[in-house]
Amino acid sequence: MLTHDVIIVGSGLAGMRAALELCGSLDTAIISKVYPTRSHSGAAQGGIAASLANSSDDSWELHMYDTVKGSDFLGDQDAIEMMVKDAPDTIFEMEHMGCVFSRTEDGRIAQREFGGHSKPRACYAADRTGHALLHALYEQVMKNAGKIKIYSEWYVLSLIIHDNICKGVVAYDIKTGKIEVFRGKAVIFATGGYGRAFRITSNAFASTGDGIVAAYRAGIPLEDMEFVQFHPTGLYGQGILVSEAARGEGGYLINGKGERFMERYAKAKMELAPRDIVSRSVQTEVNEGRGIDGKDYVYIDLRHLGREKILEKLPQIRQLGIDFIGVDCIEKPIPIQPTAHYSMGGIPADKDGQVIIDDKGTKITGFYAAGECACVSVHGANRLGTNSLLDALVFGRRTGKAVFEFARNANLSDFNEGREIDSVKAEIDAIFDSKGTESMNSIRNELKETMMSDCGIFRNKQRLDDCLKKVKELQDRFKSAKTTDRGKTFNTEMFEAIELGHMLEFSELIIVSAMAREESRGSHARTDFPKRDDAKWLKHTLSYKKPDGGIGLKYKPVTITKHQPEERKY
Amino acid sequence: MVTFSIYRFNPEKDGKPYYKDYNLDVPEGATILDCLNLIKWTQDGTLTYRMSCRSAICGSCAVRVNGHPRLACKTQASAEIINGRMKIEPLGNAQVLKDLVVDLELFWKKIEKTEPWLMPDNSPPSKERRQSPQDFHRIDAASSCIMCAACCSDCNSWAADENFLGPAALAKAQRFVDDSRDSASLKRVKDLSRTTGIWDCTHCGECVERCPTDAKPMDRIISMRTTALKMGIVNNNGARHAKAFVESVRSSGRLNENMLPVKSVGIFNILGLLSLIPVGIRMFLRGKNPPLIHKHIDEMDDVKRIFKRFQK
Repeated sequence: MLTHDVIIVGSGLAGMRAALELCGSLDTAIISKVYPTRSHSGAAQGGIAASLANSSDDSWELHMYDTVKGSDFLGDQDAIEMMVKDAPDTIFEMEHMGCVFSRTEDGRIAQREFGGHSKPRACYAADRTGHALLHALYEQVMKNAGKIKIYSEWYVLSLIIHDNICKGVVAYDIKTGKIEVFRGKAVIFATGGYGRAFRITSNAFASTGDGIVAAYRAGIPLEDMEFVQFHPTGLYGQGILVSEAARGEGGYLINGKGERFMERYAKAKMELAPRDIVSRSVQTEVNEGRGIDGKDYVYIDLRHLGREKILEKLPQIRQLGIDFIGVDCIEKPIPIQPTAHYSMGGIPADKDGQVIIDDKGTKITGFYAAGECACVSVHGANRLGTNSLLDALVFGRRTGKAVFEFARNANLSDFNEGREIDSVKAEIDAIFDSKGTESMNSIRNELKETMMSDCGIFRNKQRLDDCLKKVKELQDRFKSAKTTDRGKTFNTEMFEAIELGHMLEFSELIIVSAMAREESRGSHARTDFPKRDDAKWLKHTLSYKKPDGGIGLKYKPVTITKHQPEERKY
Repeated sequence: MVTFSIYRFNPEKDGKPYYKDYNLDVPEGATILDCLNLIKWTQDGTLTYRMSCRSAICGSCAVRVNGHPRLACKTQASAEIINGRMKIEPLGNAQVLKDLVVDLELFWKKIEKTEPWLMPDNSPPSKERRQSPQDFHRIDAASSCIMCAACCSDCNSWAADENFLGPAALAKAQRFVDDSRDSASLKRVKDLSRTTGIWDCTHCGECVERCPTDAKPMDRIISMRTTALKMGIVNNNGARHAKAFVESVRSSGRLNENMLPVKSVGIFNILGLLSLIPVGIRMFLRGKNPPLIHKHIDEMDDVKRIFKRFQK
């Protein structure tokens, strides 16, 4: 058994930011299934929001209102207020640590326009903002190398919670196949999102919802799982992200008839409406036969921005277009389609990352969550671009501070180490001992297909029923999935099986939560219930594991402070 | 149909590595990572490699393709097929853990060794530190590095001496040497001028050729050498070598290969000079020694003109 004061799972922005708050006087460990700089925070491109007012006037109040409206009024306004107030200092802190930012002529951090924001408040480093922030944090972690123990390429398989007290995790050393129990006074999950269950996604192969599933299996309900954000501009066929910065800098969306079709859907904001609206617009154009050549994609056209601006502000996007689909956006428009991008739902946590399991404020002592895996909820039913990097840093930092206060006075708890290891071994044995008659590849592809077409941008009862039936069939077939690698060293096939199991499990939670929510709000669009219904549905979903193994649903109210729900128009 | 010849090694089973052929119909537009996944998911689940973001930013999936490193996720398979075949191997200059997965501990240690974090000399202001767009551009290229280790795979200096910091760590170092917010540049450049640092690069250019981003390590190394000379950090073999090289060409239009090593170690460095003797003797015995009398070339006017132009 390995013991640390605090165990952080995940090495993206939230995890590393928390570690920096803790490592001063607590024994801090980060466990990651990849090397820290491989974390998916690094793939974020366009920017991070803060009302610095470097390019025009701005205020936290405006940032708050934009975020609340963007969330389709499902975001908790106390948490949103705190996040946007913390935003400027959070950015300055990163700058002081050494993060690279693009600059204004007078040397301040440059800011650009982004969807759903009423002011240019996206701070950026060309179109590699997540990468710049992630590497800046890793530099600080290296600086504190003696104080933060990093377990790279370790995979956390289960979370140890007894009687509402979190005691540690069980993890697997990918390099050697060794299973270890990690005991800690506190555990912070910063394990990222769950977009990988969809056929077209911008997410990394690693974004398989491991953390949220571990929490769910340990008895934690998951909040608002039905809200999955589709980013409107994924590279056609690949889903790889074409940053919203492309529209922030002035890019046009064009359909098969050559029209800037956003005029029909968001006359005022056009291409810079929030993502849920733009994604639905693209999908509607495609569904109604106005895709390019009648196919399932439209164009993003950047040619009018000119070579110089593209090379200065959007170099990565240009390279991605050239490398992945052979299109140079200086000369040609890029074919795009909506891509599963961000998980608004996750582990319910308060403003300090403390995991809370119901509407009465019941805590899981010692268990915290931050970043995309958490649902605070600052994004509600739809996240605004550039608010995710902000969320990860603000709540990573706050969680770190809160855990510091908690853990320095807390004690380690006892538990039966052997039993924890045995239950993890049983899961692995089940994979190895299966009949081996079903192809994992087929199960995975069928899952991604049904989630994309039946639980994607547009949903209705019939489709969700079909989707649930299909996922249950796949869960059943998964029990007979075939694996061939029985080794201990880097058995990536085994991890792919475990990840597929996770995807099958959380997909059911997305579907069940979506079936119940008979309204359309933010990213959750029901064609059979096209209107938002505040009287019935202005509340957060909590999906939990019933004692019989089935899924139960409960709800908790939304915190509304400054802004009453109103019609959402752009 | 393309035949992928893939390096296989499982330390639990195999005494030594071998190559295994897989035939695959490569879909149009498929990247090499797409192909590896198709092979793993439909033919052989034991095939092992690293991957994550598949959009060329996380740096996980660098492997050698037909002898040279490529980021598997951003390389079109069609570009690498030679006579219906493609050879895929793990990165070079690293120990193989399994199949295409290599041990990167040494790689990360070297990055850390350059102390790659900002060392400002004042307490931070209440807002951001100012930095001009021009100063941002001096560190922009190096900061695009994704730590994929492709550069180190083909680095000749690393192959010759495992202690050499290597292109990735040195590119990372430049990002701080030239950061207008950093106050430790002088110390950094002094440290980097020691053996295993900037002067140990042989400027073969492989790292620039293999780098999948704008980081282009050798360009960063050359920029730090210039910085070192400007700072007057010249009391080392590398700087002396560079100066002697230039002097020789300026005065004779060609290299004085007898004097270059002597001037590089320093003419008052008795121990250093003694260390040259065995090499000299071996060269002489094999008839490889340069002519004892060094002559200048005929077109010295051209040489002078070139130097004049450079100085402008």
